[in-house]
Formats: sequence, structure tokens, C-alpha cells
Amino acid sequence: MPASEKTLDEIMDLASAHFKVPREKLSPDEDFFKALGIDSLQTLDLLTKLENHFRVELPDYELQGVSDFRTLAEKIQARL
Amino acid sequence: MKQFQGQTLSWETRDGIIELALHREPLNEIGSLTLEELEKFVAVLPDLSRDTHALIIYSSLKAGFCAGADLRQLYSWIQEYGQAEVANHARAYLKRIHAVMNALDSLPLTTIAAVHGVTFGGGFELALTCDLILADKLARFCFPELRLGLIPSFGGIPRLKRDLGNAVVRDLLLTGRSFNANKAQQIGLVSQIAGEGEVLRAARATAMQLGKFDLVTAAAAKRFIKPIPLDELRQEIDIFCELLPRPAVFSGLKKFVESTDAQPYLP
Repeated sequence: MPASEKTLDEIMDLASAHFKVPREKLSPDEDFFKALGIDSLQTLDLLTKLENHFRVELPDYELQGVSDFRTLAEKIQARL
Repeated sequence: MKQFQGQTLSWETRDGIIELALHREPLNEIGSLTLEELEKFVAVLPDLSRDTHALIIYSSLKAGFCAGADLRQLYSWIQEYGQAEVANHARAYLKRIHAVMNALDSLPLTTIAAVHGVTFGGGFELALTCDLILADKLARFCFPELRLGLIPSFGGIPRLKRDLGNAVVRDLLLTGRSFNANKAQQIGLVSQIAGEGEVLRAARATAMQLGKFDLVTAAAAKRFIKPIPLDELRQEIDIFCELLPRPAVFSGLKKFVESTDAQPYLP
């Protein structure tokens, strides 16, 4: 399911705020591990933040192979 | 104040509360040294318990509570003992682990696990020995053992069954997925959620409250409502030791140990 721009924006806003990376440095299709400078432990923090914000439960195995914000947003959107 | 500073953990008593802090970098992986220090702790608990009313177990590492068993050590055992003999070695080790976990589980004092971040595998099992689990809002819980062709072996399955419905236990075990503190509270696993960085404070506040109650009564109530599932705990060791010598486990561990993957904590 394609992600709404609103979902995508909210995800990047959250990621920017949590990992203190300027919002303008994040773009939907780039590798968020590199853009945010995070490892898998911190990805779990991001997942928790997103689950709490969107009030969804997103099994972590759905993140397999996901490395860009747009695809992440699609996964979240599919649970809304 | 009584205290101990070890390589993997330390403890002190303050205000009638025993605080056990885990601090083995990088994420409190439970291996032989941690087990030795836990055994030392358990040995002094009767003495510590005389002037205290609660135990808090927490991690002083920023990364999280505990990522579980030391898989590198497990892999080294397979290489050292070979697939034919590793189960015997593991069984002896697990009996010691279970002795520690059972001692914590049956402690007359009320016990609190104050968890944050990754609370996986053996770390989750350690938390499950406690009467109450308080979680930081970013805590995540997981039994990832199936990813390696194994089952939890530190007593987690019988304790999880004791505390939760079977459907939830099946979900956790068979999917190996992690879940957050909100979900953990919804299913009845976590008693309280604290703000980021606040779980130890919340645990201390809870422990102080516990000090107002008659300790003999509290211990009697705990014995009544919290059975130790000894038969199933022994069965868990048996099943783990049957599974361990299989080639699939060896290759799973090898992959984990040799991986340069940036995402070892994701499935």
C-alpha cells in the first residue's frame, strides 16, 4: 500500500527529533541507517517510537530488507 | 551499606532495598563470568535479605537491559566440544543457570525487574523471575531463539506460561518477534511503564512502597500465588539439549558470530 505523504512526513519528523538529525538532511528514498547513523538496536527504538505514535503494532520481521523511509512508511500505512 | 563490584554486575543495599546492576559490555550477554557473579550474589542473598524488603534488578548500560545468552560462548563450546559432546556441557551449565533463576524466582523478598531497551532471550528470562516488571517506554521484549534453531533455555517458557495466556506465548516463541512496552503491558507482562530514562526511579518508588508492608505476610502471599514450575523447567533443559547438537544450530550460530551485518538485532 503506498504511503501517504503525511505518514512519510511524520516518520521523518519523528526520526529527526529522536536521533537529532536535521530534518532537511533526510529524504524519503535514502538509506535511513546511514542518514540517521543508527544500528539495529537504535532501529528498534525507532520502531517503538513509530508504533507508539501511530498506535500500531509492526512486527520487526516486516523490517527485513527495509532501509528507506518510504518503504517504512508503506509498512506503517498498511497497519493503519 | 553492603556492596559488591564485579566485572559483569554489582550490588548494593540502600534504604532497605537490594539493587543489582548489570554492566557487562556491550549488552549484558549472560556467559560464564556473569553466571559466576550471579551465583555469588545468590549465595549472599540470605544475608542481604535480613535487613531488606525488596530487590531491584536493572542494567546500568545505556544500550539496554540484557540481550540474552552469550552466543559467542555457545558457539565456542560447539567448536571446542564438538556437536556430540556440547549437549552434556550445556546441560551442566544450564543447571547452574536454573539454580540462580529459581533462587531469584523464589526469593521471599518482592523482586522488581526495571528494564529498558533490549530485553531479549536470557535477559527476558531473567526479568521473568521477578515479581514485577517495570519497563522504560522504549523497552522491547523478544524470544529470538527460534531464529537460531533453539528454544529459550534459562527457564523462560515455563515462566512465560505461568504469567501469560498460551496464545501469547505461542506468538512470541514461534514468530521470534519483538514487541514494545505498551504491548507488554496490554498482555499483562509489564506492571508499569516509565518515561525514557525513568524506570529505575519508578522501581525505587515501588520498592519503597513495598517496605510499608509486613514482610512475613508478603512472603507468604508470594509463595501462594507464584508456583515455581520445576518439572517444566527441567523439561525445557532436556528439549534445548536435544536441539543444540543439530547442524542447523551450528550454522545459525556461526552466521550470527561471523556476521558484520549492521542489523543483528533485527530478524
